[in-house]
Amino acid sequence: MDIMTLLNALPGAVAQGLIWAIMAIGVYITYRVLDIADLTVDGTLCTGGAVCIMCMLNGCNVWVAMLAATCAGLLAGLITGIFHTWMGIQAILAGILTQLALWSVNLKIMGKSNQAINVDKYDLVVSLRYIKDVPFYKNTIFVVAIIIAVVIAILYWFFGTELGCGIRATGCNGNMARAQGINTSLNKVLGLMISNGLVALSGALLAQYQGFADINMGRGSIVIGLAAVIIGEALLGKIFHNFALKMLAVAVGSIVYYLVLQVVIWFKVDTDMLKAFSAVVVAIFLAIPYWKGKFTKPAVAKGGNKNA
Amino acid sequence: MLEIKNVYKTFNAGTVNQKVALNGLNLTLEDGDFVTVIGGNGAGKSTMLNAVAGVWPVDMGKILIDGKDITRLSEHKRAKYIGRVFQDPMMGTAATMGIDENLALARRRGQPRTLRAGITAKERAEYREMVKELDLGLEDRMTSKVGLLSGGQRQAITLLMATLQKPRLLLLDEHTAALDPKTAAKVLSLSDKIVHEHNLTTLMITHNMKDAIRYGNRLIMMYDGHIVYDVRGEEKANLKVSDLLARFEKVSDGEFANDRMLLS
Repeated sequence: MDIMTLLNALPGAVAQGLIWAIMAIGVYITYRVLDIADLTVDGTLCTGGAVCIMCMLNGCNVWVAMLAATCAGLLAGLITGIFHTWMGIQAILAGILTQLALWSVNLKIMGKSNQAINVDKYDLVVSLRYIKDVPFYKNTIFVVAIIIAVVIAILYWFFGTELGCGIRATGCNGNMARAQGINTSLNKVLGLMISNGLVALSGALLAQYQGFADINMGRGSIVIGLAAVIIGEALLGKIFHNFALKMLAVAVGSIVYYLVLQVVIWFKVDTDMLKAFSAVVVAIFLAIPYWKGKFTKPAVAKGGNKNA
Repeated sequence: MLEIKNVYKTFNAGTVNQKVALNGLNLTLEDGDFVTVIGGNGAGKSTMLNAVAGVWPVDMGKILIDGKDITRLSEHKRAKYIGRVFQDPMMGTAATMGIDENLALARRRGQPRTLRAGITAKERAEYREMVKELDLGLEDRMTSKVGLLSGGQRQAITLLMATLQKPRLLLLDEHTAALDPKTAAKVLSLSDKIVHEHNLTTLMITHNMKDAIRYGNRLIMMYDGHIVYDVRGEEKANLKVSDLLARFEKVSDGEFANDRMLLS
């Protein structure tokens, strides 16, 4: 257990954490803002990677390929949204259905279960190889950090607009939203689209980073996204109240998740068990608010109606 | 201005829980009518308000506002004409959003929601003045999350939201029932003040017969999914609780008024 092995692995962990942070921000939008657990993302992540790699293999510019990947994600979100609102299927099931369908779609996009892209032949935005010994502006950590900053800035602006406020109200209280003339079905679809667009963008970056898109690359990603959201809230929830800072907390959560993972790997823990380990950790964190409500005494009436 | 024509609504049709909630309901409101609605549990009062608001489609009949048929219009589209305050204080506001943000959402009722700012600095100043008038000491907490407010405060804010964009019709669904008596009286007098200031056409459900007599210019009693008593003007103003109880016993065929009605 050489400490240098760990230190050498950390920049890579940070880069991966940052790439997954974009995905986690997407999960935050459905899980926290819209109050929907959207399982589409397990499929969308791969869709994003597949579309990006295939576009590039067919001669597209990398940025165009990433845009195409994002659009594919929007489309996946649209389908889940239609299943949920127009066809009245429970959100969680609607997501599972789209995820299942995306398995076939992803195979068709790639033509086989795995498509590689050579970093020496193509001009990639991020890569495993761009972590050390490259100028800082080409460094994956720097590039993804900039992308995240732009994503957060755009989302912060958007959720402050009339439309964005409508989406927040929809997620918070559907009855109130409809009573105020907000089309809650449309807003749910919009939220699902934005979320899946981000997840696909994250998938596009991830595929470039690892040098290939793989049919299994999205499996269990919802758990990583949720882990990032709740780690971020646990660490920074008390001090970050602004919406932009909350998204930043999610990004921090994602990085912390990958750093911890790296340490666990360094301890030579059986890597087959990593997913089980992640699932248990996320389950416990999700249970904490419930346990708090159940096993602790409620604070005696806090002021309440006195000054109503 | 509001016309409800021969409306029927049955819940859980064809099951053991089948419940005819609206049974050939007819009601016409004039512009500026402030109508109090009374009736026992299950008489169809809330169902009537929900039918007008479009929470679900009715089985039969028509609902018109200003002569325009809104029977098939979805709930969020009808919101253009209708302001609502619910019985549950949790239901009328977005708990995780600020007082100012909630008001800004209400200000945009009936307008297309675009990519313009969700709230402007000018609006913030206006809302502060409006909230100050409520006299609840909330004007210095405008960005506080509504979830932190008490039930009475939330109902007052909901009332402001329902009337911020002057609605053609205001629906108050027992909006003081979940509050303690003192707060309830305060919210009720605030409602009365707002209704009169803006001359709003209003339907207000209440379980309190005294309130039903004291407020508004017209009173209707519902039983079994339709209106059994409709009184307005001077005749209404001269009513006594005992008159209403007698009337209720008559229509319910000797069945006693339920406890909630007797006690209130």
